[in-house]
Amino acid sequence: MRRVVVTGMGMVSPLGCGVDVTWRRLLAGESGAGPTINVDVSDLPARISCQIPRGDGTDGTFNADEWMEPKEQRKVDDFILYGIAAATQALADSGWKPESYEDQTSTGVLIGSGIGGIGGIYEASQTLIEKGPRRISPFFIPGRLINLVSGYVSIQHGLKGPNHSVVTACSTGAHALGDAARLIALGDADVMVAGGAESPISRISLAGFVACRALSTSFNDEPTKASRPYDKARDGFVMGEGAGVVVLEELEHAKARGAKIYAEVIGYGLSGDAYHITSPSEDGDGAYRCMSAALKRAGVSPSDLDYINAHGTSTPLGDEIELKAVERLLGNAAGELCMSSTKSSIGHLLGAAGAVEAIFSILAIRDGMVPPTLNLDDPSVETAIDLVPHKAKQREVNIALSNSFGFGGTNASLVFRRYQG
Amino acid sequence: MSDIAARVKKIVIEHLGVEADKVIESANFIDDLGADSLDTVELVMAFEEEFSVEIPDDAAETIRTVGDAISFLEKKAA
Repeated sequence: MRRVVVTGMGMVSPLGCGVDVTWRRLLAGESGAGPTINVDVSDLPARISCQIPRGDGTDGTFNADEWMEPKEQRKVDDFILYGIAAATQALADSGWKPESYEDQTSTGVLIGSGIGGIGGIYEASQTLIEKGPRRISPFFIPGRLINLVSGYVSIQHGLKGPNHSVVTACSTGAHALGDAARLIALGDADVMVAGGAESPISRISLAGFVACRALSTSFNDEPTKASRPYDKARDGFVMGEGAGVVVLEELEHAKARGAKIYAEVIGYGLSGDAYHITSPSEDGDGAYRCMSAALKRAGVSPSDLDYINAHGTSTPLGDEIELKAVERLLGNAAGELCMSSTKSSIGHLLGAAGAVEAIFSILAIRDGMVPPTLNLDDPSVETAIDLVPHKAKQREVNIALSNSFGFGGTNASLVFRRYQG
Repeated sequence: MSDIAARVKKIVIEHLGVEADKVIESANFIDDLGADSLDTVELVMAFEEEFSVEIPDDAAETIRTVGDAISFLEKKAA
């Protein structure tokens, strides 16, 4: 199969608009959590979230008008806006601007979302009930469909190759990158714009995740303390919003145009729990098999891993199950591994999480810096693995793995390696 | 300019994101103001909402310019 490398990255996160500002703040141990604004959460037990800092575009703020005309913003839910912003950044970063018919048809898009336009569906249902069907906008459907991120990005940038999307709950972003890399490896495309986008901070989705008992509810007065993977006091995840998009490229194609290469995608593994709709299987077998499959595909052994960006959502059940699966995978090599959950800083971006966290894994390779697990004051279990509490750590990272697990028992792992020619 | 004309132009400016000086009575929504077929559906909905009238689909199809909209709505109001 053909080799696939990462040549561009883009991001909109609760720490800011852009990869550089997010990474700088992540390494500095900053948190993107705060009281939820612009959504009525007064009667909900979870009143905090990790929202994108909106502003005029200075100091890392996200200025929507820079990425999409105001009249177009009206037509879509925010996940499409965030996805467009991240994709535009990633393409600019890669320097790939396909103009010939051949270049356009060999460049595709595969951006997914976990729950897409659920907020807009809620609003339109209210219109339907109160005012009737004639008041439903013609933009209601195209502005809520999950694959419309891929659609909009292809239209904006003239990308006529495979146009695809993924919906696998919180594994979406990882599956999108993995599947896009496969499309390149198998020759369906030379370049793929791949990632995940999510805008879940609406009343209806917060209520739904609360009902699943998935969200943190004990830290409404101390939002930055709420996301605390592996810590004894953890009580659920903190909802986050944003998007991560990468440009994946066939190695020879990237070399021929002199592109900068961040890392190589060497492994991708998938598995299913076949256990429960929201709980991970208690033996961690699904996580173990998906990491094993990714390493087998990569042709490296578990002891070669330097860093794992954990799924680690800060739920009471999930964190320890993943940790045990990693311990089982690493065996005696566990003591050499760093594993952190960046959800401690940016919250859980659901369908965007896997893509954003893949970018953090790639940046760990680039900079030799491992981001921290914030709020890990008192670990609930003993482990030989370095969970990188509180402070970022300098360490050479040649091979990094990123885990994502989703409702329905859907698991994905990605493995990246420093590009060595 | 009649009150109806002013309100129609305001809606067109807001929905299509175009400059006010382009919204003249002869301006065709699609050819001159950059609307697509979905935009025109939404524009008609906005006129219905603003003027509390119902514009049937066959009538909506005849509203192609700013002037068409103004004269249709003026007749409705008369």
